[in-house]
Amino acid sequence: MSGTWITTRAWLLMLPLLVVMIAVIGWPLIDTVRLSFTDARLVGTEGTFVGLANYAKMLGGSNFLRAFVTTTWFAVVSVTAEMVLGVLAALLLNQQFRGRTALRALMILPWALPTVVNATLWRLIYNPEYGALNAALTQIGLIDSYRSWLGEPGSALTALIIADCWKNFPLVALIALAALQAVPRDITAASLVDGAGPLNRFRYVIMPYLAGPLLVALVLRTIEAFKVFDLIWVMTRGGPANSTRTLSILVYQEAFSFQRAGSGASLALIVTLLVTVLAVAYAAMVRKAAGAS
Amino acid sequence: MLKSIRTTLLCATLAGVSFVGHAHAETTLNALFMAQAAYSEADVRAMTEAFTKANPDVKVNLEFVPYEGLHDKTVLAQGSGGGYDVVLFDVIWPAEYASNKVLVDVTDRITGEMKSGVLPGAWTTVEYDGKRYGMPWILDTKYLFYNKEILEKAGIKAPPKTWDELAEQAKVIKDKGLLATPIAWSWSQAEAAICDYTTLVSAYGGKFIDGGKPAFASGGGLDALNYMVASYSSGLTNPNSKEFLEEDVRKVFQNGEAAFALNWTYMYNLANDPKESKVAGKVGVVPAPGVAGKSEVSAVNGSMGLGITSTSKNPDEAWKYIVYMTSQQTQNAYAKLSLPIWASSYEDASVTKGQEELIGAAKLGLAAMYPRPTTPKYQELSTALQQAIQEALLGQASPEDALKTAAENSGL
Amino acid sequence: MERQNPVFTAFVYAAALLLAAIILTPILWLFVMSISSAADLSTKPLNWWPNEIDLSRYRLLLSTIENSTGAAFTASLFNSLKVAGMATLAAIAVAIPAAWAVSRTSNVSWSLYAVIATYMLPPVALAVPLYMGLAYLGLLNSVFGLALVYLTILAPFTTWLLKSGFDSIPKEIESAAMIDGARLDQILRLITLPLAAPVMATSALFAFLLAWDEFFYALLFTSDLRAKTLTVAISDLAGGRVSDYGLIATAGVLAALPPVLIGLVMQRALISGLTSGGVKG
Repeated sequence: MSGTWITTRAWLLMLPLLVVMIAVIGWPLIDTVRLSFTDARLVGTEGTFVGLANYAKMLGGSNFLRAFVTTTWFAVVSVTAEMVLGVLAALLLNQQFRGRTALRALMILPWALPTVVNATLWRLIYNPEYGALNAALTQIGLIDSYRSWLGEPGSALTALIIADCWKNFPLVALIALAALQAVPRDITAASLVDGAGPLNRFRYVIMPYLAGPLLVALVLRTIEAFKVFDLIWVMTRGGPANSTRTLSILVYQEAFSFQRAGSGASLALIVTLLVTVLAVAYAAMVRKAAGAS
Repeated sequence: MLKSIRTTLLCATLAGVSFVGHAHAETTLNALFMAQAAYSEADVRAMTEAFTKANPDVKVNLEFVPYEGLHDKTVLAQGSGGGYDVVLFDVIWPAEYASNKVLVDVTDRITGEMKSGVLPGAWTTVEYDGKRYGMPWILDTKYLFYNKEILEKAGIKAPPKTWDELAEQAKVIKDKGLLATPIAWSWSQAEAAICDYTTLVSAYGGKFIDGGKPAFASGGGLDALNYMVASYSSGLTNPNSKEFLEEDVRKVFQNGEAAFALNWTYMYNLANDPKESKVAGKVGVVPAPGVAGKSEVSAVNGSMGLGITSTSKNPDEAWKYIVYMTSQQTQNAYAKLSLPIWASSYEDASVTKGQEELIGAAKLGLAAMYPRPTTPKYQELSTALQQAIQEALLGQASPEDALKTAAENSGL
Repeated sequence: MERQNPVFTAFVYAAALLLAAIILTPILWLFVMSISSAADLSTKPLNWWPNEIDLSRYRLLLSTIENSTGAAFTASLFNSLKVAGMATLAAIAVAIPAAWAVSRTSNVSWSLYAVIATYMLPPVALAVPLYMGLAYLGLLNSVFGLALVYLTILAPFTTWLLKSGFDSIPKEIESAAMIDGARLDQILRLITLPLAAPVMATSALFAFLLAWDEFFYALLFTSDLRAKTLTVAISDLAGGRVSDYGLIATAGVLAALPPVLIGLVMQRALISGLTSGGVKG
């Protein structure tokens, strides 16, 4: 069989996927680009060409910058915490102890819980009048009166980050655990004989095995955190005083609540560009790390 | 073209099948309601069941979304040909819905009997630019509810007549140690906060828009927000109010944890229901207070109407359903959570019985109802105002600056 | 086993207990709320265990009386099943040939990276045209329309997982059959796909879970019983307009049950799928 035939055959086999991708991703994306240069509304008017006016308006307003900072903070803090907690939990689960199998099985629970259910659950826990968090902290004596966790700009975003972390760190832990189990026992044993301290052992013996899978998890989680919508929509809808309004919520508001499809599209593309830059930077890191190990 | 032919054929086939299948053609209506205050979900289901019993050839599918989703759902469903036939809409949306052709103009369908029988205030709910886009259904405003037992313990003889009196009485209750934070409001970053704010704007004689320009950043609009901030920072208001919606206010009030609460009609009978409430029998209700020299009472127009969407394929059946739902007979039968739109109902003993106090407050409150601004850009204006209210409450900006920023971002 | 001193062992057990508590407490609380009466849930101090177990919400939500809360909830449950099921089948169907082609033909693999890169796109960047397109086709508020849209998420993901699965099946088995004169479709059907069955099952589970979890598109593109999915139904309940927290919790428990059961039973397969995809992808 000739090489050209094999290549052609490959393309033929990929055809259904490519057709579907073009229909549900390619075309909408191109149309979003077109819309972003118009003043189209969601229903009614087709809109006319307005050049870069939408971009100027979206980037110029204070809303964008604020939402960008909020989103970045949410993504950086929650993903960092998930990575640290995940690795710690994985190191623990890699030890021998009774009940280890059961605990490992439990780790899948938060990940399997639908995002919307998770958000609902935490919203109830944070309830200012009848929430479990207020009740528990008061009964232990850590706070003397009930707090409005989702109603204060200082605590609302942190409360969201905790809810996000709780759901996602177990997944990082399971990925890290699988990588840890690939570390050959004799290498760890040898490093023990050499008298390496626990920190050095982690850094030089274990980390090379963890780096690859963790970086992939890091990339995926960061992109997801940057796109966050469900959690915030259910828990705060962007309040209080817009302190949890992330970019996705802002785009929803512009394109769907205010029905300005044109400027909504331009904002969505700005977000896309930001995520792409982020992902490319990460991909470079992954490649570098892969080359190093 | 091809598609429309195919659709027609398909419809014809389906219609044929259903003719064969049933003795009469069945029409299915899709109706969108909200899951919350006013008529309860159970009430709406019961009313609808009565309608379908009387009209066996019409089937009605009911859909309930939270108030927060009502506007976006209605607008988004416009795109789907088979969306809703009947939608519930808030008093603030006819302007936008009319400009974007979401609702059908039903001015000509309204009979003389309806015109004269329904309270004039109720009609404002469905009007824009001289035309009517539906029937008023929920006639509602916010009242001041109070806990009679707590007021009595505090030695307060009569509920407040002015907002300043409310603050004074709350202070007495707080100082006597009866409650730490006696007043509950719904100040969450949502439309609910705008309703409370509007009530105060009406008390202080303020204006939202003057000559097409925002006018709330000074005068009564500013006084209203100043009052909210003062009440919040003095500790008289439950600080969690900034996270509350109406149902949270009700929970707090009926648990006996608030002496005063601003809420809609529906709370009266629910808070008086011993199965739901710990304060049953102790619930007092008066119109929201006024401001000395400016107003006797204050009220926001929080009414809602039922309209036919422009995409409905069965506007006649839809109208029949709306007429049934808004009929005096139906409204009188379910007058416990929402008061009728019909003037003569207020003299009907079967309606007023057991809720004389509420009816008394309603006569004053409904007459004083103040509208939120009528503009196709209402959503933007409201979003900007919600932010301003929250920023001022949280001390992130002075009320004046917050309202100025809101005026700039209001899209007007 | 490594040398372990008692202090270290005690530390390990303490940490394990803490971890178990962190994972379990919120989930248990969700369950307790679902069986507590409304009064128990709105008292101060809070009742951590109901005075009387109240299962009425389960009965309410699972009842099928026409035009009731239960009917609305069960309808959304079935919609979720339908949408997730159809989207999963469609995604696997287009992903199998594509993944195999990429796995066996290295000079087209760049196209897979292009497909995977679409994962970066925030749904909001596609939502407006998708909305208008579905409206044009009359597929708004339809389980078919929603399933189609879910392919944007599921197809790249399943292709990626399947490709790493095919990579682990030696090419040599296929070439041997080829020499014996077998046609390509025979080879795939009789040799490759049976060998790849576990990976396919894992991919299908993942796809199903992703679709079950989806909220944003469902919020925009569905409006009533005919297509509204469970996630939207729950967010409607949780929107602050339902005063019975127990009802919200019950809906949460019911919605979480299928994925949690899948997660517990299929854990090993899910993890290996994720990590192999993660390492090689």
